[in-house]
Amino acid sequence: MSGQIFVMDQQVVCPGDLLAEGDFEIPWSPYIYKESNRYYASVVGVVDVKNGTFTVVPLKGSKYWPRVGDTVLGMVEDIELYGWTVDIRAPYPAYLPASSLLNRPVTAGEDLRRYLDVGDYIVAKVEVFDRTTNPILAVRGSDTGKVTDGTVVSISPSKTSRLIGRNRSLLNTLMSMTGCHLMVYPNGMIHMRCPSSAQEEAIKGAISLIEIEQESRISDLTEKVRRFIASKLGETNVSSSAEA
Amino acid sequence: MLAAQQRPRLIDERGLRTDGRRPDELRPIRIELGVLKNADGSAIFEMGNTKVIAAVYGPKEMHPRHMALPDRTVLRVRYHMTPFSTDERKNPAPSRREIELSKVIREALESAILTELFPRATIDVFMEVLQADAGTRLVSLMAASMALADAGIPMRDLIAGVAVGKADEVLVLDLNEAEDMWGGADMPIAMMPSLNKVVLFQLNGTMTPEELRQALELAKKGIAEIYQLEKKAIKEKFVEVS
Amino acid sequence: MSATSDRLQTIVSNVKKASILKALERGVRLDNRKPDEYRPLSITLGYAKKADGSALVKLGDTMVLAGTKLEMDEPFPDTPNQGNLMVNVELLPLAYETFEPGPPDENAIELARVVDRSLRDSKAVDLSKLVIIPGKKVWSLWVDVYVLDFAGNVMDASTIAAVAAIYNTKLPKVEVNGEEVKVLTERTDVTPLAYPVVTLTAAKIGNFVVIDPNLEEESIADAKLSISYTPDMRIVGIQKSLGGAIKLEEIPQIEEVTRKAASRLFSELKNTFGIA
Repeated sequence: MSGQIFVMDQQVVCPGDLLAEGDFEIPWSPYIYKESNRYYASVVGVVDVKNGTFTVVPLKGSKYWPRVGDTVLGMVEDIELYGWTVDIRAPYPAYLPASSLLNRPVTAGEDLRRYLDVGDYIVAKVEVFDRTTNPILAVRGSDTGKVTDGTVVSISPSKTSRLIGRNRSLLNTLMSMTGCHLMVYPNGMIHMRCPSSAQEEAIKGAISLIEIEQESRISDLTEKVRRFIASKLGETNVSSSAEA
Repeated sequence: MLAAQQRPRLIDERGLRTDGRRPDELRPIRIELGVLKNADGSAIFEMGNTKVIAAVYGPKEMHPRHMALPDRTVLRVRYHMTPFSTDERKNPAPSRREIELSKVIREALESAILTELFPRATIDVFMEVLQADAGTRLVSLMAASMALADAGIPMRDLIAGVAVGKADEVLVLDLNEAEDMWGGADMPIAMMPSLNKVVLFQLNGTMTPEELRQALELAKKGIAEIYQLEKKAIKEKFVEVS
Repeated sequence: MSATSDRLQTIVSNVKKASILKALERGVRLDNRKPDEYRPLSITLGYAKKADGSALVKLGDTMVLAGTKLEMDEPFPDTPNQGNLMVNVELLPLAYETFEPGPPDENAIELARVVDRSLRDSKAVDLSKLVIIPGKKVWSLWVDVYVLDFAGNVMDASTIAAVAAIYNTKLPKVEVNGEEVKVLTERTDVTPLAYPVVTLTAAKIGNFVVIDPNLEEESIADAKLSISYTPDMRIVGIQKSLGGAIKLEEIPQIEEVTRKAASRLFSELKNTFGIA
């Protein structure tokens, strides 16, 4: 591993921006491409430079790039003979084999609708994806399975990292100020459980604010979101949760 | 009305063009990203009085499936002029010119997009010319390139392009409508500037081999200028993320 | 809408691709040509007798038939002293297994428009010779190029066929009486062709450039550059095609190669076929 990196940590790059020259061991990414010994950005994004290597985190994009191991929230689109087609906001539809959800072999002709119907939300792990086949999902562990309560909203997949914030700062602010519990999935889906509809509406407003206001610094964004929720839910609630 | 009698002087005694520009001067450029709500990416690109809106949908599953390709994304591209974009109403049915330019623009975008990343999928790119005042194919291509960046679709580089032509035998950068109509040549060229690669290249009219070489040099300068404006339009929305 | 398609459905095997590139490294092509060598050319003038002018062109295995028809018409108001020129190209179903009947697709339209621009911008067709009564009656010259065998570099073959068919066209004798025009069966010696124009296509395959690519070479090429010339070596049209890119500094180099080939092709047109 040798060469020169031409970009700084947290620098905004465009497609075609030269990132580095030489030979680096970087994990495969659709957001970086190599021509001879030069590395270029392929999307509008932010560079992360760490320990002599670099990655690009996209700032734009309404599509989710499946990664094996990610836990995603998707919506059932279709029912097939042995499983479900799930929209996970990727360029390709995902497939969830029924045996994975039911934890037993499935017989042909079984009515899978009873377990998951079109329009249902499901949380699952990306088990297989290599672009030659559609992503295959699996239900494994307590944090996966059919979504049975709460509300689901969405944000551009490229903006999930901003919603979470550095060290979960923004996400924690949102949760402590509203008392809602939020799960943010990398495909831009957000599952929330709130004490009441007032808190739910406040969170939804804050999320659309984050979606639009992506040009500001994350620290400024957190402040903006705090003020927004305060205006919705009232000051008392804010000061008490800010101390919490 | 004889054509020859109407032909205006394209370069005046001060060496300036009909719109007051120097021969190597570009028209004013305005770029705006994310102008549409529904599209995955969109942009408006203006160059002088030429204005184009572009939208991108995808990458997404290809329908019908037998049209999908096993090793790359299928690009579906439409360049179209609105009937009110020209002096006289343009019939909205696609003309032979629009069919050719859709192909030329598609091939240019194919050079830039990393289509091998999304086999079996499709990306739709639509361009509508809202005002036509010379250079619509290049402004459309650049609008599409900005819309692709806005959609976060991986590509090798942004595309910047400009036409070089001959006005009264002088090589001029970025033709206006009068120069397009009365000039001796129109050479649209578009590049991926940081790779120094040409993705669209045509010539109507005539040039000597020597003029061609000078025209390429002039184009390169104009393209470098446009490229900086494109980057600025994208980056000015994002201050450093802390 | 223009869509990416594998219209030729020729998946060239990786072995073949490698062997084409390997041969090019040694400066030869799989059909034993040098990189700047044209395939054998043959032209049969007057091949279709009912046409006003025609030419059958064979360029290697590529075969193209062009025919012209003259129709009496009114001139366009802004060009009262010019006849009209119309070029159409058809990629016939009999020319390739996967071609289908129907109106010209984007490939045929692009071919026609490149040939049209080359003929028009070069002033190779003397449109003033097509005038019968200025401002009132002119000939419309229809040039229909029919691709019979699609075996690579149909672009260059189409320009040659169009030029040869126009050269082969002799205007009819007419009797003009006031605004009355009577067309006689006899022909004049006048051809609307002022001088020939040629289109030279170079294909970029990896780091190599070949001219007059055959079908196999075209199907693995990154990009093609078609440049049209007049006999005095003015450039009268350029079209880059295919979905790959060409380095900017390669363009002048490619142009030098195509220009030399154009010069040889003009000699051949003149010396072998009498077209000058």
